[in-house]
Order: sequence, then structure tokens, then C-alpha cells
Amino acid sequence: MSRLKVRKTYKLWIGGAFVRSESGRHDESDGFNYPRASRKDVRDAVAAARKAAKPWADRTAYNRGQILYRAAEALESRAGTMGVPREEVDASVDVLLHYAGWTDKIQPVLGGINPVAAPFLSFSLPEPTGVVGIVAPDAPPLLGLIAELSPALAGGNVCVAVLSENHPLPALDLAEALGVSDVPAGVVNLLSGRRRELATALGAHRDLNAILDAAGDAELSAELDRLAAETIKRVRHGEAARTYEDATSNALNRLETVTELKTAWHPVGA
Amino acid sequence: MIRRLPHVDRVGIEERAAQLGKRSIKTTAKQQGIRLAVSMVDLTTLEGADTPGKVRHLCAKGVCPAPTMPEIPSVAAICVYPQLVAVAIEALNGSGVKTASVATGFPAGQVSLAAKLRDTEDAVQAGADEIDMVISREAFLAGDDARVQQEIVAVKERCGDAHLKVILETAELGSYDHVRHASMLAMEAGADFIKTSTGKASAGATPGVCLVMLEAIRDYADRTGRIVGFKAAGGVSTSKAALHRLVLVKETLGDEWLTPDRIRIGASSVLNDLLMQYAKTETGRYGRAEDFSKE
Amino acid sequence: MSIETRTSIVWDYAPAPESTDHIRLRDRYGIFENGEFREPRDGRYVPTINPATEEPLAEVAYGGPDDVAAAVQSARAAYPKWAALKDLERAKYLFRIARLIQERSRELAVVETLDGGKPLRESRDVDIPLAAAHFFHYAGWADKLRYGVNAREVSPLGVVGQIVPWNFPLLMAAWKLAPALACGNVAILKPAETTPLTALLLAEICQEAELPPGVVTILPGDGGTGATLVRAPGIDKVAFTGSTAVGRDIQAALAGTSTHLTLELGGKSANIVFEDAALDQAIEGIVNGIFFNQGHVCCAGSRLLIQESVRDEVIAKLWPRMGRLRVGDPMDKNTDVGAINSAEQLERIEVLVAAGEEEGATRRTIECELPERGYWFAPTLFTDVSPAHRIAIEEIFGPVVSVLTFRTQAEAIEKANNSRYGLAAGIWTDKGSKAFEVAGALQAGVVWQNTYNHFDPTAAFGGYKDSGFGREGGPAGLRPYLNIVR
Repeated sequence: MSRLKVRKTYKLWIGGAFVRSESGRHDESDGFNYPRASRKDVRDAVAAARKAAKPWADRTAYNRGQILYRAAEALESRAGTMGVPREEVDASVDVLLHYAGWTDKIQPVLGGINPVAAPFLSFSLPEPTGVVGIVAPDAPPLLGLIAELSPALAGGNVCVAVLSENHPLPALDLAEALGVSDVPAGVVNLLSGRRRELATALGAHRDLNAILDAAGDAELSAELDRLAAETIKRVRHGEAARTYEDATSNALNRLETVTELKTAWHPVGA
Repeated sequence: MIRRLPHVDRVGIEERAAQLGKRSIKTTAKQQGIRLAVSMVDLTTLEGADTPGKVRHLCAKGVCPAPTMPEIPSVAAICVYPQLVAVAIEALNGSGVKTASVATGFPAGQVSLAAKLRDTEDAVQAGADEIDMVISREAFLAGDDARVQQEIVAVKERCGDAHLKVILETAELGSYDHVRHASMLAMEAGADFIKTSTGKASAGATPGVCLVMLEAIRDYADRTGRIVGFKAAGGVSTSKAALHRLVLVKETLGDEWLTPDRIRIGASSVLNDLLMQYAKTETGRYGRAEDFSKE
Repeated sequence: MSIETRTSIVWDYAPAPESTDHIRLRDRYGIFENGEFREPRDGRYVPTINPATEEPLAEVAYGGPDDVAAAVQSARAAYPKWAALKDLERAKYLFRIARLIQERSRELAVVETLDGGKPLRESRDVDIPLAAAHFFHYAGWADKLRYGVNAREVSPLGVVGQIVPWNFPLLMAAWKLAPALACGNVAILKPAETTPLTALLLAEICQEAELPPGVVTILPGDGGTGATLVRAPGIDKVAFTGSTAVGRDIQAALAGTSTHLTLELGGKSANIVFEDAALDQAIEGIVNGIFFNQGHVCCAGSRLLIQESVRDEVIAKLWPRMGRLRVGDPMDKNTDVGAINSAEQLERIEVLVAAGEEEGATRRTIECELPERGYWFAPTLFTDVSPAHRIAIEEIFGPVVSVLTFRTQAEAIEKANNSRYGLAAGIWTDKGSKAFEVAGALQAGVVWQNTYNHFDPTAAFGGYKDSGFGREGGPAGLRPYLNIVR
């Protein structure tokens, strides 16, 4: 007699907790129901992210690197159960590792000391931009998300991501891995549902600092650009990352989008 | 007159305070430390809902914190609002435990000088041994050091034989530079003790604040020969925190300062944690809240 | 309240010894080569002792000339595969080593203290965490080299020979191995004569990390082993941390060869206190600067330069503060100053301190009870020191600070720079512009402003002048281990 399995209930990941959509709506994928998030869930996710933003940015770069590494450990240990091909999980772990190694290198690479022509010490320092919205591509459902998340987190930002519309389950499983790693509550928030509905709600939210759009939907991209203009959000439109190289070869580009450069001056004298 | 602030480096002072928090206090040293800490507690209740009944219970607890452990001393004082001083005096009669009263429009101090002095007089007349006043942060933050000091002098005059603790409310002063400056102002104006906080503001006697004030006390004593005591209030809620403050005293001022005549800890919940930790040193068991009476 | 007499209160800290019963040391350690421990070919076994007790801890194989040659051969054989590995895979080995150091941190801290004499609090809170952090930081560079050195193509150098000192044994091993391996080199590390144990535990960690055999060789030995290693054919680069005297020998020995070299040598660093300093914090910085690790620190603030207007005040605060230092059993968690690393080092300190007294400086040594056995030197302050005195010029490498004074900012800079060394300096002032101008004027590779003895894997460290050349830490730490192709 075969044993009946306990089936998983899929939920959204907001503020470090698994919650159902406040709308109560659902969609189906692969024989499972999952929440169809609403604009109010987007609102809650952005609030949770904003609350987590300063504490996350205040941690040392080393600490953030350690946390991303642990997230990689957690994902690696679940490699067989993510519902995507092994190669995709391996590439996702490797991308997390690559960006775990970036956290304490962004400042020397993107920042520097400015040899101004006056007796001042002037330095330029990249800092996190804050709350970053992400529109993940439909495929690959795990790697496509991780490629957008990792540089944002490495840069000291917090994220609210709209997941693959047709295959959200691997990303919701990722939430479990994040939940057991040391990623603080609210630093990553994951919303499943209808992409256009959620992405426009996210893009219109005035308390978002940047949008990373990898959905490959030209109409949506244009709409996001228009919405971003209202509060001068930083925007990057990119292709879905299908390989480790896609996610990492343009690392500087990705990192620069989610950092702000602050230049300071101080006299050098007596 | 333009104020000249002293220099205190925040990173440096917090590093030193944290470093001293790593001292490992074990066995006999822990027991002695806990007994010392208990003897320094100003057991406090400062709530709108305080009544004579509540204060009587607190006094009994303060006189004999742990009937099952007779080697635990009484606390140093009970600290209450002026309205309840008479109740405390009666309940503590003959025990040696002092009655301390807050005054001067505690905690905000946003009343006229006349009202502050009247408040003080009420407490002194009711028999308080010790007065805990608040400095005028309104004057301090406006840079009016002279007025801050004048108020302290006037309150001290009304104290008579009672000793005066001056609360700086360090969380509201701005920086460690300001904490040191306020400490000096208070000592120069005649404070018998300087105290960190009212316990009603956001932060209290953090290790950094305690260290800055202890250094000021040390330098003042070296310069003038006059000993001013220190009271840590607010945020010292565990045995570990209390022992950390004792380490700060020991390594800044020396062992001879570890007496309730010079050091006080203003608290309520720390007392039971001290008792639990003491019991653990005897029994080896981690304790539970019910092992001791709450009041 | 007036001063009253009272019966004196004494609150002593009870002994707080860290336990050693979770440590398992082997009786004997061989040479770690090709992923295994092996017997020395022409070397010998030598006991390594605990300088706080003079008790032997284990026997360690010192490598002879044949051992050096065999090590170089096995490293050369392992090099091509290691260099050809996908760079992220190389990174993963280093990440593993970092995590393993963290997992075994208490064991490593205890062994470091037993073998070297430094307080457990330091090995636990400074040495071991920083060692893990170095591996973690450089792991992250392995697949980002072209960003670190701004090049389009880089290649490793090959086989590197690395010699580390006894003052921060595991940490110095991490400073050497992490960047070397991240860049694709293989390494032969010779730990110091008196402190081989944590390097040998690191060898075990390399095994646990499944590091390919031959990528790291741990070759204990004495000065002779080191001298043979640096001259061995097949070594592409030498990295040495130690005394200026030996550094000079190595540089001379490599003259005319194409072997790359970096040196991190001695110092006689000036710790400068201006009258507008946050004085109590400056006192802590002075104490930390010279008594941290018993003053066995190349960048120790051993020359205290005080602005004359605050000289008396600084000394009046410094002396009692020194008196509160707890000197004794390094395994006690409350100890501030541990044992001197060896009988030889103790003698060197005593000779220079005697010279100081003979030269006419005023010596004050704190009163403290020192254990019967072991090597100890109580923290010592010299005042009335002139710049011409030996104790103002020569590196003592012990818990001894020499005080000089200055009148103006310009004089402070001049005095601080008047040394053949140029490793570090400290500046204590509340005025930012002064802090930056003085920092700019000092001939020192590391300048600490309103702090001292802070280290981080991201911040480059190294000296000017006789204190050596080359930097460790940050992207600058990659350059010595790479060839820039284009």
C-alpha cells in the first residue's frame, strides 16, 4: 500500500513570513494551487521591504556576503527538490556565490578617491539605492529570478519580486531556502500571480527606488518606464538570464543600477 | 557665552565599553558581584498607577529580596514619586534602606523653576533621604549652561540633608560630547550623584554612556578631590548587564568605588534576574521566573 | 559627599580558564605535502612548546633541503591543473576553507594561544575571525580578478614560497595563502619556528575542504628551512613577513633572479597625540597600540609622540591605565597581556630595555605578579626619551613604549618620519583636516586616525622604506600574485 503524501500549500513570502494573498485568489500550476497576489499584497511587500532596508544596508558588507553564501548553502542542499533541471539549480547556486563575493568589492571597484585640484580629500562611495522592484522572466523560473535578486542584494538593497507567471513554484520553494538561511525578514519578498497586474502596481508604488525588468514584454517595459518617471526611479530592462554567464558577465552593469554614488569632500590642512 | 564641548570619540568609547563587557565573571567573583549589585539597587516604581499597597509590597521585597537566600543583602533604596514617600518611609522604618524620591517635574521637567522647587520641598518634607532631579534639557539643548546649573544649585539648597542625584537624561542630549559636558556641569553645580536617565526615554544607561560618565567622575575627583557618585538607570535589566556596569566602575575608578555609597543601579526587573543568577551559582540549575516573588 | 574612610572593598575576577578538553593534538606532525602528512626526508622532529608554561605541546617535523626540493616538485606538479580550474571552482575551495575555519574556530583559538602565548581573548576575537574573513574575501576575488587589477587578462605566477612569523601564525598564513590561491598560484608555506601548530591544523582543514593535493604545502622548519625555500629553483615568487634583517638577506639572495618578491618587515611606528585629541580614547589607543599581543606586532605604536601641552595629562592618565592591565595565563579569558613568545625574544627585549635605562631614559614597569614558569615581561613605559636613544630607534617587539614630545604639527610629522622604518602610524586629533593632512604627510603604509591596530581583509596593509614593499589586503593584495597579460 503506498503512503499518501502531505501536499504542499504554496504561499507568498512577505516580511519573512509565508502568507496567503489578502485577496484570497488563486491560480494553478503543475496540479498545485498558489496565491494570486494583489496590489494590496504589493503594498504590504513594499512596506516590509522598506522597514528592512536600513538595517540591511547598515550591516557590514562582509556580513551580507556571509548571508548570501548561506543562502547558496541552503539552495544547494535542496537542489533535487526545486522542480527545475539540476543544471538550473547549479547555475543559480553559482550565481548566488558569485554575488556573495561581490559585497565587499563593490566599493573599491565602483568607488574611489578623487584627485581634486584643491586641498581636499574627496571620495566617492557607492551606496544601496534602497527598495528594488524585480519583474522576473517567465523562464528560467529560478535562475531568471536569482540573476536579478543577487546583484541587488549584494549591493545592500532589499527586494520585492514578481515571479514567473507560468512557473512560480520553484521561486516559492526558493523562499523556503531563504527562510532557513540568515536572510533577515523583509529583505526579499516574493509575489506570485499575474505579471502585468503586479508589475504595474509595483512600478506605480512611490516608495520604490528602482525596477529591474527582465520580463521581455515590450508593452509592459514601456509602461514601467512611464510609471518610473513619476518618482524618477532607476530602471533597467534586461534579457532573461539563461546561464551563469548571462547572470554574471555584466555584473558591473547590474550593480551600478542598484547603487547610488555619494561624493564627499573634506579639507586637508591643519 | 559659547559652549566648548569636550571631545569624546564615539567609536573609541563604545569599543572600550564593549571590550570590558567581555570580562568573564565566574563562581566566587560572580556571587560577590551579584551581592554587590543587589546592595546598589534603587528599587523603583514610577507609574501613574502606583498606590500605597504597591509601594508597601515593593518595600518588603527591597528589604528582603530573597528569604531563601539570607546572604543576599537589602537593596540600597526604594525610589518613588513624592506622593508616596511617606508610605515608603513608614514601610522601611528601621531597615536601613533609604527612600529616594524623584522631583522637579519628573520625567520631562517641563515646568517652571518654582514648581520644580515646590516638588522638591514636598518630597523632602515627607522625609525623603534622597532626591533624584532632572536637568532642564530645554535649557541644555538651547546652550544655556548657566540656567542648567542655576536650577541644580537651587534644588540642592532645598534638599537640606537629603542627597541630590542629578538625572542628565543622556538619550536626549545628542552625543557623548554632550553627556560628558552635562556631567561636568552637574558636578560643578553640586550634585552628589549623577544619574544617566529617567528610565522613561528611549535609551538608558548604555555601556558607552556609563563609561563616559564614570570617566568624567574620575577626572572631576582627580581635579577637585570631591567624590560624586554614579547611578545607572534604564536598560540594566539583566544580571549580565549589571555586572558589566560593575566592571566599568572597577576598571575606570577602582575597587574602592564598588559601594552603594558611590554607585547605584536604578531598576525594577533586574533584581529577580540577579537572584536567579545567584541561585544558579549555588544549584547549577537554570532558573524560572516563579522561583522568586515578583514583588 | 566627602571622601570617607571605609573598609576596603576588593572584587577580584575569579580564574576564568578556557577549557582545553575539546582539543585533540597529535603527538607528532609530519610535513603536509601532496594532500598528506609525511615523514621528513632529511629533516628532524622538534618539540613545539607553550611559552606560558614551557611545556611541550607536540613534535613537529622541520624540513631539510631534500624536503624543500620535494615540496617544490610536488607543488609544480599540482600547479597546471589548479591554474586551469574554472575560477568559480577555485573560489569554492576558498569559501570552504573560510567556513571550516569558522566551524573549528574555538579549537584554532585555543591552539593558537597554547602555541604562541597570546591571550585567548585575542586569538578568539581577532586572529581566528580575521583569518576566516581573509579567505572569504579572497574567495570572492577568484572569479573577479580582472576587476580587481583593472586588466583584460591576467595569469598566475606559479609556485609561491611564503614565510610567516610567530606573532599571528594563523592570520599571517591566511594573509599569504588566500590571495595566492585565489589568483591561481600554488603555495608552499613555512610557518615560524615557534608556532607551527595552527598552520598544521589549517593543513587538516585543506584536507577537509578536499583541496586538490599539492595546492598547499605546509613545511615547518627553522630559519635554515626558510633560507633554502626562498633560493629553491622552481619558486616563482617569495612572500616574507618577518624582521628587516632577514628581509634584507632574502632580497640580496634573490638579486639577479627573476623571482618576484614582497616583504612585510619591522616597524617603529609613531603614535601621535595632539592636544585636541579625545584624550581618554587616545589612552585606549596607546594601550592597544603597544600592549595588544604583548607588543609583538610589526605595526605596534612603539613611539608615543605627545604634544608637549598635554604631555603631563596624557602620562597621568596612561600610567594608572597601564596598571590595570592583567598580565598572566593566556588561557584565562580575562588576561590582557600574555606570554612573550620565546626565551630568545624575551632576551632581546631585556637587552634593549637595559640599554634604555643606560641611555638615561626613565623606566616605569607596572607591578604585577608574573607566573613562575614561562616567559614574561611586564608592560613598561619609558619617558625622557630622546630620538637618538636606541629605544627610540630600534624595534623592541615587546610591551615597551617610549615617549617623546613635540610642539607643532610640522614637528610631529618630522619626528614621526625620522625613522628608517615606515610601516604604520597613529594620529589622535578631533580636527578632521589635521588628521588628513598629517596622514598625507606621514611616510607610513598604514595610518590610523583616532584608532589603532584595526585590520580588515579589504584594507591594504604594508610598509614604506625598510618596513618592506608590497601590500596585503584588498584588490592591492592581488597584484603581487598575478601577471598582467594585457
